[in-house]
Amino acid sequence: MNLISVDDLTNEMYLELFGLTEMFIEVSTRPIPKVPTLRGKTLATVFFENSTRTRLSFETAAKRLSADSLSFSASTSSLSKGESLFDTINTLDAIGVDFLVVRHSRAGTASMVANWTQAAVINAGDGCGEHPTQSLIDCATLVRRFAKPDLESLDRSKTINKYLSGLKIAIVGDVLHSRVARSNIKAFTNLGAKVTLVGPPTLIPDNIESWPVDVCYDLDQVISEMDVIYLLRMQNERFDESMVPSTLEYSKNWGLDMARLKRLGPDGVIMHPGPINRGVELTSEVADSTQSLILDQVRHSVPVRMAILAMLANLIGGGHE
Amino acid sequence: MSNLLIKGGTVVNGSDLVVADVLIEDGQVIELGPQLGQPGGCESLDATGCYVMSGLVDLHCHMREPGFEESETIETAARAGARGGYTCLVAMPNTVPAIDSPQMVEMIRQKADRAVVDVQVAGAITQGRKGECLAEIYEMAKAGVRIFTDDGAGVQDSRLMLNALRYSVVGDLVMAQHCEEASLATGGHINDGVISSQLGISSIPREAEETMAYRDVLLAKKTGARLHLLHVSTSNTLDIVRQARAWGVKVTCEVTPHHLLLSEDDVVTLNPDMKVNPPLRTLDDCRKLALGLLDGTIDAVATDHAPHHIDNKTQPFEDCAFGMTGLETAFGVIFTLLTRGTVSGKSKILEPINEREAIGLVHTTMSMNPAKIAGVSNQQGGPLRCGALANVLVVDPRASWVVDRTKLSSKSKNTPFDRLELFGKVIHTISKGRLVVKDGELL
Repeated sequence: MNLISVDDLTNEMYLELFGLTEMFIEVSTRPIPKVPTLRGKTLATVFFENSTRTRLSFETAAKRLSADSLSFSASTSSLSKGESLFDTINTLDAIGVDFLVVRHSRAGTASMVANWTQAAVINAGDGCGEHPTQSLIDCATLVRRFAKPDLESLDRSKTINKYLSGLKIAIVGDVLHSRVARSNIKAFTNLGAKVTLVGPPTLIPDNIESWPVDVCYDLDQVISEMDVIYLLRMQNERFDESMVPSTLEYSKNWGLDMARLKRLGPDGVIMHPGPINRGVELTSEVADSTQSLILDQVRHSVPVRMAILAMLANLIGGGHE
Repeated sequence: MSNLLIKGGTVVNGSDLVVADVLIEDGQVIELGPQLGQPGGCESLDATGCYVMSGLVDLHCHMREPGFEESETIETAARAGARGGYTCLVAMPNTVPAIDSPQMVEMIRQKADRAVVDVQVAGAITQGRKGECLAEIYEMAKAGVRIFTDDGAGVQDSRLMLNALRYSVVGDLVMAQHCEEASLATGGHINDGVISSQLGISSIPREAEETMAYRDVLLAKKTGARLHLLHVSTSNTLDIVRQARAWGVKVTCEVTPHHLLLSEDDVVTLNPDMKVNPPLRTLDDCRKLALGLLDGTIDAVATDHAPHHIDNKTQPFEDCAFGMTGLETAFGVIFTLLTRGTVSGKSKILEPINEREAIGLVHTTMSMNPAKIAGVSNQQGGPLRCGALANVLVVDPRASWVVDRTKLSSKSKNTPFDRLELFGKVIHTISKGRLVVKDGELL
């Protein structure tokens, strides 16, 4: 079992993940926040692209589950000596790992790697493709905020697409280059939320008539109807063409400041997958406001990733219950 | 040179089909008629139930030599071509170094002399295919080159292309364009459409092809030059060709088997063998291209045979090389498509036509027309009659076979048609009077 795309998740898996997440949040509050679930297992983070949050939280999650973790970075590996991706993966496979957490600048890499290895492959971001684990963190954050299931009475009769039913989420910014957006559009919709894409026309993908989303180029037109504003960073490293005239024009039209936050209303919340660019897609006041769930997202990243690893270990067999 | 008698087949010359035996001696067809007697020392080939026609001519073949011999050589491409029913291949000049001088043309010709089928050379339009200044077009023409292209890239500079077309009017040369406006296409990997947006893969919009096709049509109109559009992939490009013909522009165009049968839907799994340039477009484009083939808007089917070593296809999709092999599957794919409307497992592309019409269309678009465009119709492309050079193909229209990449003769295995069942099989190929493929196998 691999986790390459949000499409790999069944309704039962969402439920199990939310349940496990609650359990691991509790584990995190213990004096020794560690369980033996993955004792004897080895996890390798294989990152061909820079990362702070994702890598740290996966390694922390592995350690708290008692797995051994090893870490591979493109810049310090034999890749810089000309070794191919194929050989790198073969090498890790020969060393013997149970989980490969892969990040790469090219879409489709994780699924390709999955064809080359015995290990369970987890996509930690593939170019503009998908980022399913970030998506599950965001879903868990929203479910805890808006659906509040508790571990004892996690309502298994409640169908998964009711969890966030009626919730209106605007994903704002560079959707075109965002793997987080591609995963979240599917995941939020699976949970019953209504997604609206907002941004300059050059940063909203074409040919998305079949996507379950509304599109609006004017943030001010839709902001007051929204419950959640999910902000994206401009992925400047993924394009070199002129998509918007200037960051100033971008922030004036699509950036979130206190005036716009006020129109969102006091119950509205702000999310962002990070890293944030203060002064561009949101002001510091907004980022640090009580309506921001940005740090909640980070807090949930370890228990959710523990939940993902525990679930996959069970599915591939051999996890210690 | 051995003599050959092809017995009991139906000889195809365009739409003209006649049951006749064909006797070949000393590289020429010397007799054609029913129930010919078998001279002594003559090898007899049974062609009962088969079609006999002039060998296929491929306008667009990347033979990779020199520079990329790990992927293909002139020798291996010619062998693959023979197995695919081709008796003439036009070698593309995007080698390293590029074929952009009479010396390079001569070098390729010397290697080609040892190949099992005829190899013609396409010369580069610009020096080193850099798109900066014209290559020695007349000197290459004197060395026998009739068709020029920077294929792999389009000539971006409009003034330079205008000059190339103007220059080519003398000698009736053909300027063949790989239509791709670089500023729209660079950095893209698949068709700009539903799939690229869904997968987050940067894309090549159809307009990259269409804008350059339209520009070149206008430049050909201005100069009166002969323009050939390589691997047309969109319905709008066909409309541009129709408009050009209405204006009296001397334009021809080709389509590949893969652009007829495969679409962006085949790219969803990011199989590197589906990565090609121009990219696979939409099913609607496939269907309109098929109509263009049936109504004569498209002159020729060309393979754009583009072998790549496995290492160049064992990468993340966006890092993989563009290109598919095609020589050994082209006839089967086209004949299956024409007679069955599609290939098993793929979407329906066209209303099937009957076998006799289909073989006539195959002869016209895969042998006769490409021979004319390549300037070799004195040796290739038929008609098959007494005195013709014996470049002959025998195909069995009823034989079915399943493509197995491991059994193809090309040095590279990057076919997008692996495991597909095709109807219509190359049985014998005779190149310059010599039997080079017998019963589907190279001799």
